[in-house]
Amino acid sequence: MAKPMDQITWQELEIGAVVVEVGNSTQYETGSWRSERPVVEKEKCIKCMFCWLYCPEGCIHEAEEGHFEADLTYCKGCGICAAECPVKCITMIGEEK
Amino acid sequence: MGKVRKGVEVSIAIADAVAQADVDVIAAYPITPQTHIVEHLSEIVANGELDAEFVPVDSEHSAMSVCCGSAAVGARTFTSTSSQGLALMSEIFFIAAAMRLPMVMALANRSLSSPLSIWNDHSDVMMVRDAGWICIFVENGQETYDNIFCAFRMSENPEVMLPVAVNLDGFILTHMIEPVEYEDDELIRKYLPAFKMKNALHPDNPVSMGCFGMPEIYTETQMNREVGVRNSYPHILKAWEEWARLTGRQYRPIETYRADDAEYCIVTMGSYGETAMEVVDALRDEGEKVGVVKIRLWRPFPLDEFRSAVLGKRHLVVVDRAITFGGQGGPVATDLRSALYKKDGAPTIVNYVAGLAGRDVSRKDFRNIILEGKKKAEAGDTEGFTLYGLRG
Amino acid sequence: MAKTSVSSPKNVERAEYFAPGHRACQGCAEALAVRLVLKALGKDTIVAMATGCMEIISSPLPLTSWRVPWIHNAFENPAAVISGCEAGMKAMMRKGKLPAKKINFVGMGGDGATADIGFGPLSGALERGHDMIYICYDNEAYMNTGIQRSSSTPYGASTTTSPAGKKSIGQHTQKKNMVEICAAHGIPYVATACPSFPFDLLEKVKKASETPGPAYIHILSVCPTGWRIQPADAIKYGRLAVNSCVFPLYEVVDGKHRLTYKPSEKKLIPVSEYLGGQGRFRHLTDKDIEQIQAATTRIYERLLRLSEQE
Repeated sequence: MAKPMDQITWQELEIGAVVVEVGNSTQYETGSWRSERPVVEKEKCIKCMFCWLYCPEGCIHEAEEGHFEADLTYCKGCGICAAECPVKCITMIGEEK
Repeated sequence: MGKVRKGVEVSIAIADAVAQADVDVIAAYPITPQTHIVEHLSEIVANGELDAEFVPVDSEHSAMSVCCGSAAVGARTFTSTSSQGLALMSEIFFIAAAMRLPMVMALANRSLSSPLSIWNDHSDVMMVRDAGWICIFVENGQETYDNIFCAFRMSENPEVMLPVAVNLDGFILTHMIEPVEYEDDELIRKYLPAFKMKNALHPDNPVSMGCFGMPEIYTETQMNREVGVRNSYPHILKAWEEWARLTGRQYRPIETYRADDAEYCIVTMGSYGETAMEVVDALRDEGEKVGVVKIRLWRPFPLDEFRSAVLGKRHLVVVDRAITFGGQGGPVATDLRSALYKKDGAPTIVNYVAGLAGRDVSRKDFRNIILEGKKKAEAGDTEGFTLYGLRG
Repeated sequence: MAKTSVSSPKNVERAEYFAPGHRACQGCAEALAVRLVLKALGKDTIVAMATGCMEIISSPLPLTSWRVPWIHNAFENPAAVISGCEAGMKAMMRKGKLPAKKINFVGMGGDGATADIGFGPLSGALERGHDMIYICYDNEAYMNTGIQRSSSTPYGASTTTSPAGKKSIGQHTQKKNMVEICAAHGIPYVATACPSFPFDLLEKVKKASETPGPAYIHILSVCPTGWRIQPADAIKYGRLAVNSCVFPLYEVVDGKHRLTYKPSEKKLIPVSEYLGGQGRFRHLTDKDIEQIQAATTRIYERLLRLSEQE
């Protein structure tokens, strides 16, 4: 778990500032960016996985019963999954502020 | 190869040393006066005498980039350049040190354009003074050959992890045939352990190198670097001590000649040291209490060794081989004045710049520089610098 | 569509080598392209990346989105850096310093890094014949620094350094054809791809990986921010680019051109449908669009001929 950027001391850095913690960007929760989120109508979903394929964040994952849903920790609400769903079972709804 | 003493062009000796060091990757672009080094290396590889990848790059910028990639996967890496080539690769030269990528460069010192000049001075290495490389200066063929091995040992040391430049005067050394004692392969193998890099790029241990730094963290990365450079110092000394133990040839960050009881000294860096020593011998016979202080390790600067060599002396005549335009004179004198600032017993410093772009500095010229320099020091004429031999 | 070994998302590699939490804009098709490319390459991959959008959004110290070994060194040199990694590994494996292993050596850069500042180093790396892949993610401008033009910006596009104005149509030069330039180096594999056609892209990356020697892949990366379209339309616009023949999907295998997708009569659209919805082309007149249509048709028909002849 990397410390917040502004708390790291010079002694804590690796030689050459190499980052050895693989894929630790998962600490940064981009979900706070969005103003809309995708909602899936499970009955219409055909489990084709195109939403998973087209997500630029790679944050759509398999949920129960083989459906796929966005991990809201990272989902930026871009709407690509909704636009690309072949059966239009995903709707983007506004986040409550 | 067994231990053998031969007369050899210094460029060839460098290539032979690189081969004995069992380098993995050579990436270099030809530029006068380094060409014989890379030509001989490509010959050695072509004949199967060295198993390495000789990468014939499209420019010096690509040469240093290839070296960074090679070092990043933990391969033993060598390159060589001069002057304009160093200038072109300077972007990546700085990055190599910042990213702590071990490699060795034979830097055949040559003056920078403009005007174009293929001849020797130190303006090229002074341009990258602040890059964070370890910089060694050599005076003759033997020192050049030896320090290739020392450089690899220093560079790849896990406590160091810094690129090393071995500076040799272009043409004056690169194209000179000198007596060099080659050590045998067994000794080299003993001296140079295999390169094992902690976080080398490899799918078994994925790391990210060269992430970008926001203001909140950049300062800390620079301190980490600075401490890294300073902490390399004892390991530089150890590398030289170990070489001395095996070969009897000892190198030191500051080397002096007849300086212990000298009243004043001439300070040189590079091949000028040899001529200075001869002139000092002659002057001593005339009753001058003069000595030579030679800077072998330019960066990290050996502050303590330098101070103990010169504190208590009356004057230093510092011979620079480059100018810092609009500054206080030559870069070496500027550094030395700074090193002695407010120190008790600090000698007066007089700065001469001589031998720009390979203009010959003869024994007579050295004699003039030393004696005139002493006069200037005694008269308190210590501002700026004197461009020796200037017409007009 | 040329047959691909994977034609359903269900058969696409599940492992994610590009971790979420990266800072790409919403709807960034370049981030999607990187994600898909890495799926095709797998974990035995070393990436050297240029300064640019993908480098910045994926590597803010002390965080990284990369789950494969990755190095960013400078802007113009990923081709040179990765050729150094390849040379170093090759030597070490041959000399027994490292166990032998097939590793993908991949240089990645945007259109600026590839077609402009990195043109020389790329050419050198391709000429030297390293066993490597170079991937250009083409979002058609220097997007990371604020949408400035590159030599890959298409004719008529408005960017911040080629703005449309009273005396200017925006970019007044034609897009530099990096695909043909790389093919002219005589390398064994060159291809265009777009994440809107994901199976074609995955197939081509796999082919590049299996081809000994240098390979070059040019990926059209739709940038909603720079192209002034809705993030949700990023995939749609990639499709429009391909179906209008503005960005044909083809490969050059050992010098032979082959279109991997030819829009059918039903799918084929005029360029106006591609250009129309993008803010960066908003200023174009009908005459400008006719000009672009003529050039597009000419280039595509040449490709068709080459594809059929070779």
